[in-house]
Amino acid sequence: MNANLPELIVIIPLIGAFLITLAATVHGKLCFPLAAAILTGALVSAVGLLGRVLAEGVVEYHLAGWRPPWGIGYRVDPLNGLVLVVVAAVALINLLGTRPLVEKDFGDRLGPFYTLYVLFVTGLMGIVVTGDAFNLYVLLEIAAITGYALIGMGNPQRAPLAGLNYIFMGTIGASLYLLGVGYIYLVTGTLNMMDIAARLPALAGSRLVMTAFIFCIAGLCLKMGFFPLHAWLPNAYSHAPAAVSSLIAPLMTKVMVYVMIRIMLTVFDPGFTFGTMGVSRGMVWLAVAAILGGSILALGTRHLKRMLTYIIVAEVGYMVGGFWLGNRAGISGAALHIVNDAAMTLCVFLAAGTFFYKIGGESIDDLQGLFRKMPVSMAAFAVGGLSIIGVPPTCGFFSKWYLISGGLAAGQYAFVGALLFSSLVNLALFFRIFEIAFFEPFQEHHGAHGAPAGTARQEAPLQMLVPLVLTALGLVALGLYSGDMVSRLIEHAIPAGIV
Amino acid sequence: MEDLAANFLTKYNYWAFIALVMIGFYAMIVKRNLVKKIVGMNILQTAVILFYVSIGAKRDADLPIIAHGHGSASHAVHAADYINPLPHVLMLTAIVVSVATLGVAIALAIKIYRQYGTLEEDEIGERIRNA
Amino acid sequence: MKTIALLTVLAIGAFLLYGTPEFPAWGDPQAPAALHVSPYYIEHTIEDTAVPNVVTSVLADYRGYDTMFETSVIFAAGLACLMLLRRYQPKTQETRLYRHVPTGITLRIAQGGKIPEASDEFERIDSQWVPYDLIVKLTARLIVPFAQLFALYVIAHGHHSPGGGFQGGVIYGAALILYAVSFDLRSTFRRLSERTAILLSAAGVLIYASTGFLCMLMGGNFLDYGYLAPLLGGDPVMARSHGIFIVEIGVGMAVMAVMVSLYYNLASAGRHDEGL
Repeated sequence: MNANLPELIVIIPLIGAFLITLAATVHGKLCFPLAAAILTGALVSAVGLLGRVLAEGVVEYHLAGWRPPWGIGYRVDPLNGLVLVVVAAVALINLLGTRPLVEKDFGDRLGPFYTLYVLFVTGLMGIVVTGDAFNLYVLLEIAAITGYALIGMGNPQRAPLAGLNYIFMGTIGASLYLLGVGYIYLVTGTLNMMDIAARLPALAGSRLVMTAFIFCIAGLCLKMGFFPLHAWLPNAYSHAPAAVSSLIAPLMTKVMVYVMIRIMLTVFDPGFTFGTMGVSRGMVWLAVAAILGGSILALGTRHLKRMLTYIIVAEVGYMVGGFWLGNRAGISGAALHIVNDAAMTLCVFLAAGTFFYKIGGESIDDLQGLFRKMPVSMAAFAVGGLSIIGVPPTCGFFSKWYLISGGLAAGQYAFVGALLFSSLVNLALFFRIFEIAFFEPFQEHHGAHGAPAGTARQEAPLQMLVPLVLTALGLVALGLYSGDMVSRLIEHAIPAGIV
Repeated sequence: MEDLAANFLTKYNYWAFIALVMIGFYAMIVKRNLVKKIVGMNILQTAVILFYVSIGAKRDADLPIIAHGHGSASHAVHAADYINPLPHVLMLTAIVVSVATLGVAIALAIKIYRQYGTLEEDEIGERIRNA
Repeated sequence: MKTIALLTVLAIGAFLLYGTPEFPAWGDPQAPAALHVSPYYIEHTIEDTAVPNVVTSVLADYRGYDTMFETSVIFAAGLACLMLLRRYQPKTQETRLYRHVPTGITLRIAQGGKIPEASDEFERIDSQWVPYDLIVKLTARLIVPFAQLFALYVIAHGHHSPGGGFQGGVIYGAALILYAVSFDLRSTFRRLSERTAILLSAAGVLIYASTGFLCMLMGGNFLDYGYLAPLLGGDPVMARSHGIFIVEIGVGMAVMAVMVSLYYNLASAGRHDEGL
């Protein structure tokens, strides 16, 4: 089975998703354990695959036994091996940590919910691992369609509209990407990423290649919610059910950033991407706008999840900006931030889900006295907040360090300034919450469960708490090992031409 | 002028595709009715499908079904005699994807109608503000 | 607002036009897209897979992996509509209409009531009920079986003529939808219940994926049907042809079931009582 590891990471969740549907017709209670077992299997294979990539170098896999470019090939290098582990781990932890929330919201439709959940993860894993530009589109749509459905299940007042707008934007994004692939196919006659890369240099100066490049960037920027195209993101993520936003928010945008890095570096030549096209400067300036805009919008809201989604808009700016700096430190920082931001976002969204489960309110004013009432969850939230601010032993600090040094090396002082500004804003945002949660006493009118008065400790159930605490500890661990991650994994995925 | 006319006539598939993309975008950006936006989305997807399928065309070529009799599989097959099958395969996938997206979009539109009793964005916005 | 939108659209159009001078002419046999990858499929399909229809062999074998996910996409869409719209326990009992067959009197039950779906004397009717739709019903009755037969032919004959699982599945689904439109939703449920439709759609994709998985267990790569030769009999080339047929059946099942289930949920807005 070792030879089939690259395939197993996708095929276990795919087959598992259908088994969940079949199991749901027997009994709804079977769905959760089955989903947990499936995602554990996927995580184990992803870790195994990463180990194999570290030992043997790039792993390729030919589906249906056909050699690319005729068949579809997988290609796993250290960076996407790492992203695969992150996707599987985030999905598993979120699954374990949100069970009570899911049972509260979707008690009568657990089968469809968990099937779509696992299919969403399948789509993301496939996007990361595939080496075929069109296959990527199909998987993108799997992740998107399951995502639309999961988001549309949220708050009936707002979620369907947010979901429909997300469909419009997502479909435009995917169609633009598909058009880009079509233009590439038109001039090269192939769909395999490595084969395209081999044939593009001969077409230097072709208008069609430039058009294809712009379409791919525009499509992916729409999908990841990059600044001027971010309008769908806050609504979609903040009105989604709690268990869904803590799945989609950490993963979807990050995977899209990874896809951008992959396409820009391995399909298009780095020299073409950063040199010929001449869009790098513009993209970095847009990233500056994204960071400033996201941070300022986050200051303007008192809705907890909405604030966190604006922070995501800013974080996407970090990663995109870091990548388009075009130097080794910037790209390493962007890649490292994919991992770190997925973990940080998971941590704060899981914590937000836990608060929501216990107190039923979503405004930051509802968090009063929570340090006393739910000390463990609040502490985990604090770790996540500190990491987003960028306080040293947590992982957020290290990727920001790489991004800032990349910005300095590239002479992009505006980007460095925006990063520092955003750190300050995050400091203000989270300390505002800590203050409310620490100093102001818990007020009773929010007690959704008829809670007893006073400051009695009322911690969330253990099955929510353990994954949350593990995530928070993971943030510190990721921080401690980030040097290793860069030197052993990320460095190898960056083409040698970039200094 | 001659050049332009030749350009126009030999590439009319692309003009149709560009026109459809523009119509689709126009409907999605300007129209305030959600169903019209969904229709625009579908036009956009169809435009991409038209683009791909027209890549596959070859002059004087046949359907990509190899003419063969039993036992005569040995005679040579020339790729130039058959149109390019790959774009057709890709677009079968894209058609299915667009049907799937359309289904989910309509389902959400029904949900929105249930909630607000209207599919006009302005009226929905008003109702959200008043709520 | 309108002018800004118009300008955006024009900008997109101008951007698309920017590339057009380099487009190959319509139907140019020397276009790059026609020269690199696709000739291999046309020239080798017979010796590789014994399937003369190149679209089928590329769809289900060379790029079979895409097709598996395409089937999963449609399955996901079916499930998404179910999850978004289905109302399992209606909070207020909807108004129901019954018709007393011998007298033709219509009963309107506003709330509750434990009258069964239908009995010898009473039949449940839609709120917009057409008393005499003889022509529609008779025509549908004539068309539906032939449409279903044709659908099976399209699935089975995809190797040699245009067709395959998707096309056949859609025709089969359309036949059932025609039945539902011309009769009513409730009598369609008696032919294909919601639960069966979901099971069929999951089972269809599962057939596809587990065929691929079986290839893996037999020692090949995922979906490499050639390794199924010991099970299916014959040489690896014929095994590929049979493998393609097996997955096409799975695709047909899934597409048919999802089409019908989409119709059930969209036409009745998830209530599953009356359709269009």
